[in-house]
Amino acid sequence: MKEVVVLSGKGGTGKTSIIASFAALAKSKVMVDCDVDAADLYLLLQPITQERHEFWSGQVAFIDEEKCTQCGLCQDVCRFDAIENFKVDPISCEGCSFCYNVCPEEAITTKENLSGCWFVSETHYGPLVHARLGVAQENSGKLVAAVRQEAKLIAQRQGLDYIISDGPPGIGCPVISSLSGADLAVIVTEPTLSGMHDMDRVIGVCHHFTIPVMVCINKCDLNEDNSHQIESYCHLQGIEVASKIPFDNIVTEALVQGLPVVEYCDNSVSQQIKRLWESISRLLVSKKEAK
Amino acid sequence: MIISIASGKGGTGKTLVATSLALSLQNERPVQFLDCDVEEPNAHIFLKPLLSHKQAVSVPVPHIDEKKCTYCGKCAEVCAYNAIAVIKKKVLIFPELCHGCGACSYLCPEGAISEISKEIGILEMGQSAGIEFVHGRLTIGEAMVPPIIREVKRHINQERLAIIDVSPGTSCPVVEAVKDSDFCLLVTEPTPFGLNDLVLTIDMLHRLGIPCGVVINRDGVGNSNVEEYCYKESIPILLRIPLDIEIAKLYSRGIALVEGLPQWMGAFLRLYNDIELLASGYTLQS
Repeated sequence: MKEVVVLSGKGGTGKTSIIASFAALAKSKVMVDCDVDAADLYLLLQPITQERHEFWSGQVAFIDEEKCTQCGLCQDVCRFDAIENFKVDPISCEGCSFCYNVCPEEAITTKENLSGCWFVSETHYGPLVHARLGVAQENSGKLVAAVRQEAKLIAQRQGLDYIISDGPPGIGCPVISSLSGADLAVIVTEPTLSGMHDMDRVIGVCHHFTIPVMVCINKCDLNEDNSHQIESYCHLQGIEVASKIPFDNIVTEALVQGLPVVEYCDNSVSQQIKRLWESISRLLVSKKEAK
Repeated sequence: MIISIASGKGGTGKTLVATSLALSLQNERPVQFLDCDVEEPNAHIFLKPLLSHKQAVSVPVPHIDEKKCTYCGKCAEVCAYNAIAVIKKKVLIFPELCHGCGACSYLCPEGAISEISKEIGILEMGQSAGIEFVHGRLTIGEAMVPPIIREVKRHINQERLAIIDVSPGTSCPVVEAVKDSDFCLLVTEPTPFGLNDLVLTIDMLHRLGIPCGVVINRDGVGNSNVEEYCYKESIPILLRIPLDIEIAKLYSRGIALVEGLPQWMGAFLRLYNDIELLASGYTLQS
């Protein structure tokens, strides 16, 4: 079983649209949406929920007004500006429990925090594990870890070849959580200065955690000079540019219809996505054989 | 006034809108731009500030004085993040899990825990013509984002209009960035992804009590569901930017919209006037 995570650094480069097509192309796999903060993959895979699990993470403090003598010690020690007028703001509270530990009147309690929920669903393309992080919750990567763990169990139980993960944007906690132990990171970038800047940073994270990298240039014809620069950069770093997908509004049309691009049409966009999947599976198979 | 620019979905055009808003206003009033997308800050590409000042951003992490430590385990017991483990005569610290709350140090019965600084990123400050500029940048491999955002926002200049560029999503880094804004401008795209994430972001802003309005970028693609949702929920649509290959090409070259196509400046000035009215509690005439 091999795991491939699709990342980008910059948001909006086309990760989810491309992954939905992988769902249609790969035969034996489980899909995972690790972008738990703003999960969109389900919009293209039409899942039917089989299991729903609550995700509890961290705590929130609560001050009992009747016991509180307003001594202010809790406000003094709180480093997150979460206590004002002797009331805890649950959005700012980071659940450190410092206030609970110091209150001389034992007026503070902490409650387990329902942080979100995760789902195991069936789709036309196979199993999908996805989640919804609660609004304004801490995106610490734990929910990402939970969905990946479930995907591994499903892959093991059903003897599936691949785990294909839709990664989050950025380079912080949730990205690191989606990367650990993965066999390959595919970076979907775009030929814009912002995209290139962000690609460099996310590749830096992959190198930091020694995860092999492959690049796909999406909307490659938007700026040919920048596309060439990306290719040179990758060449210097020994990174394969596995595919260059031209810009085409058909991707949005397919999205509106709720279909992966490779099922909606058969044009150069579909062909480049197929080429990308072929490169990914070829690399992962060769890794398996090397073992 | 503090205006934050968020989106939910990544890649909708937050930085495009935020930088053009700042550039359009710089001759009208003093402006400050704060890029709080500290994982992937991009605004500097468009504003090209002359950076004059750099400072490290650190978080406090515990340091154990083993001479004083009695391995009582109190620190591990109080740590809500499992960042400290006490096993027999050994204390293990996991700084990447530490939130810097200070509880372990305060509560150690032996006074054996001090706090040392762990650098997690940098702040850079400078000037882009009339615009005061601040951005934060997370060090690659580090995980903790909110402390850097908090540090960027500590530099808000009350004498200026502050425009805050926010990262995608709706979780803690976004909340940290938009918190205490007078208004939040949401940049979306008229697609199912755009709508899905817009709904989540509006929910977040309602919980924070921050008034908001929408900019529809790439107007003309997709479908009309975003528009219908905004009308139904009485969320004002303040600006539409069409899908335009010229705008996309300028963006790809790191050229701000109002610099490449100055005819857009008027639209951004009107956008600001609408935001001012809405932030003051007025409703707009449709």
